[in-house]
Amino acid sequence: MTTLAPAPPDSGGAGDAGSGVRRRATDIWGDRTFRAVALFAGVSVLIVLALIAFITTREAWPIFRRFGLRFVTGTTWDPTNGKFGALPFIYGTAVASIIAVVLAVPLSLGIALYTTEVAPARLKRPVVYLIDLLAAIPSVVYGLWALAVLEQPARRAYRDVADTIGKLPGLGRLFGGPVSGASFMTAGLVLTVMITPIITAVSREVLATVSQDDKNAALAMGATRWEMLRACVFPRALSGLVGAVMLGLGRALGETIAVALVIGSNHQITSHLFRPGDSMAAVIAHEWGEGQSDATYRAALIGLAVLLFAFTVVINIAARAIANRSAQRGAGA
Amino acid sequence: MQATLRHSRALVALAAAAALLAACGSSSKSGSTLNGSGSTFQKAFDDVVIQAFHTANPKITVNYAGGGSGQGKSDLQNKVVEFAGTDSLPKPEDIPKYQGGKLLYFPTVAAPITVSYNLKSVKNLRLSDATLAKIFATKITKWDDPAIKSDNPGVTLPSTTITVAHRADGSGTTHNFTKFLSDVDPTDWTLGSGDTVNWSSNTQAGTGNSGVAQIVQQNDGAIGYVDLADAKKAGLSTASIQNKAGKFVAPTVAGAAAAVASAAFAPDLSYDPINAPGADAYPITSPTWIMVYAHQTDRNKGTALKLFLEFIYNQGEGMATANDYAPLPQGAVQKAAAQLSQLQIPA
Repeated sequence: MTTLAPAPPDSGGAGDAGSGVRRRATDIWGDRTFRAVALFAGVSVLIVLALIAFITTREAWPIFRRFGLRFVTGTTWDPTNGKFGALPFIYGTAVASIIAVVLAVPLSLGIALYTTEVAPARLKRPVVYLIDLLAAIPSVVYGLWALAVLEQPARRAYRDVADTIGKLPGLGRLFGGPVSGASFMTAGLVLTVMITPIITAVSREVLATVSQDDKNAALAMGATRWEMLRACVFPRALSGLVGAVMLGLGRALGETIAVALVIGSNHQITSHLFRPGDSMAAVIAHEWGEGQSDATYRAALIGLAVLLFAFTVVINIAARAIANRSAQRGAGA
Repeated sequence: MQATLRHSRALVALAAAAALLAACGSSSKSGSTLNGSGSTFQKAFDDVVIQAFHTANPKITVNYAGGGSGQGKSDLQNKVVEFAGTDSLPKPEDIPKYQGGKLLYFPTVAAPITVSYNLKSVKNLRLSDATLAKIFATKITKWDDPAIKSDNPGVTLPSTTITVAHRADGSGTTHNFTKFLSDVDPTDWTLGSGDTVNWSSNTQAGTGNSGVAQIVQQNDGAIGYVDLADAKKAGLSTASIQNKAGKFVAPTVAGAAAAVASAAFAPDLSYDPINAPGADAYPITSPTWIMVYAHQTDRNKGTALKLFLEFIYNQGEGMATANDYAPLPQGAVQKAAAQLSQLQIPA
């Protein structure tokens, strides 16, 4: 192995043979230590991940054995009568996260492009700083803000939307009907605010990697700024941008307390975005305290955690695949 | 150079903090610490009593963590805590899970669960048990429904839509409230009773008593079940509920005390004040217990626990009313104090 290869003779530089030997010995010792530490650090991540998956699945096993696939497809969650179907929560998690991504992506890309391409230097720094600051706010603060400040005006706005857009055919399925302040939409809005800084920060890094020479070349050939963005920046940055969005989605899926406070805790599957629903993480947070003294109930709640875990793993693998594919396409173009 | 200086300063601070922590640890060792968790329903009362107990016995520290009755039961099962607060006693099939063996139940206080509502024009709403069950089952959806009208003769009721508010989190309060509904009207209330029930999809959920209170406060026509202290804090109107004797009783500490007084205490001190027979009893009165193991394994902790429980019955009961809890009747206090002799402490 390379670690045992002798150090280059001029490595000491001092000329003293004895000190050269000593130095070589410490170099090897340092290399070995470094290798061991790095290996341990690398493997420990995998071990922790595997242990989490193993222990949670083992704890949740009674529920999977008893309900099988019905735990995932069942629509009734009624612990009092021993019925555990997680579909409403899977649905709620997905809907709130999708709302957040749909709203946050254009916003974040806009901010990222503004700070990298448009903003004058003296504005760029404060904008970047403020956006990064948003990412540092604890989620419970967002949750309380949504509960105390956002919910009431949101409900009035929802009612207006439901009375106008909600009356249109087709859109009525999404925006019509009775409205509630705590709803899929409110949860989605909070998540939008929470994931925007992440998507923005990563997108900005990605956009900054596009070479200035390429951009200058495009501009020199008479391209407008938008044409330059389309021709040079987007193809290069695409895989990174997809990664940024997926990172945001991952955060949205797992967000617990902010969603728990404003999603409305209602076990229903409905296309109406202004109705209350529930998410997997929120149910675990809300029902763990009382649920854990009952063995089946406890297993069901841990089962939700397993599903959420699987959900995020699948999303991340998909994200990796999409990013790789678009990276290849970008390189081919 | 500056970096290393900052580094060593941080180390010094860390060492100081560690020393401080170690000092704390050793000082509490000379006294003893009791840990409890569970019911949040009784937490406000426990906090007041613990404060007073600590003043009287500075060497004993009592921590009560809340977390819900289920949390308390689970912690006691695994012997993580010395006592658990709970609003419902363990089911017979769960008893073997308690690793410390035989359990003792110590009832402490009781309190009314109010039915709070938001109707500006109606001051003293009265609801019969069946009407209440129909409202929470969303079988009655408008405030001017004939059933509500017949409970409130001479009162003009608006045609506002009823919004039912309930707990989002699993809760002993939900358990006792739904237990009342299933006791009085199982035909209309079919969801059973439990910490979490499968509410109809057109209801609204809030976290904690204060969360439900907030929904009631903010929505015209809303109705929800909230403990007395939070209903008072939010300034909500509360309905008088028809009790077993046919009388409409307002949710007060006195009404809850009457319910406890007319409930029968079993030899193990379990009792059920829900829908109690007394003429002045408020029917939705929630009991709550402190649950401990009969066989204590640590002399210091066992002694401290006994002192704490004695304190509750000697002085704690007197602090109940001021904090919106109903004290136990004298007979029950004597029974509970007598049960303390069953607490076995190693010599």
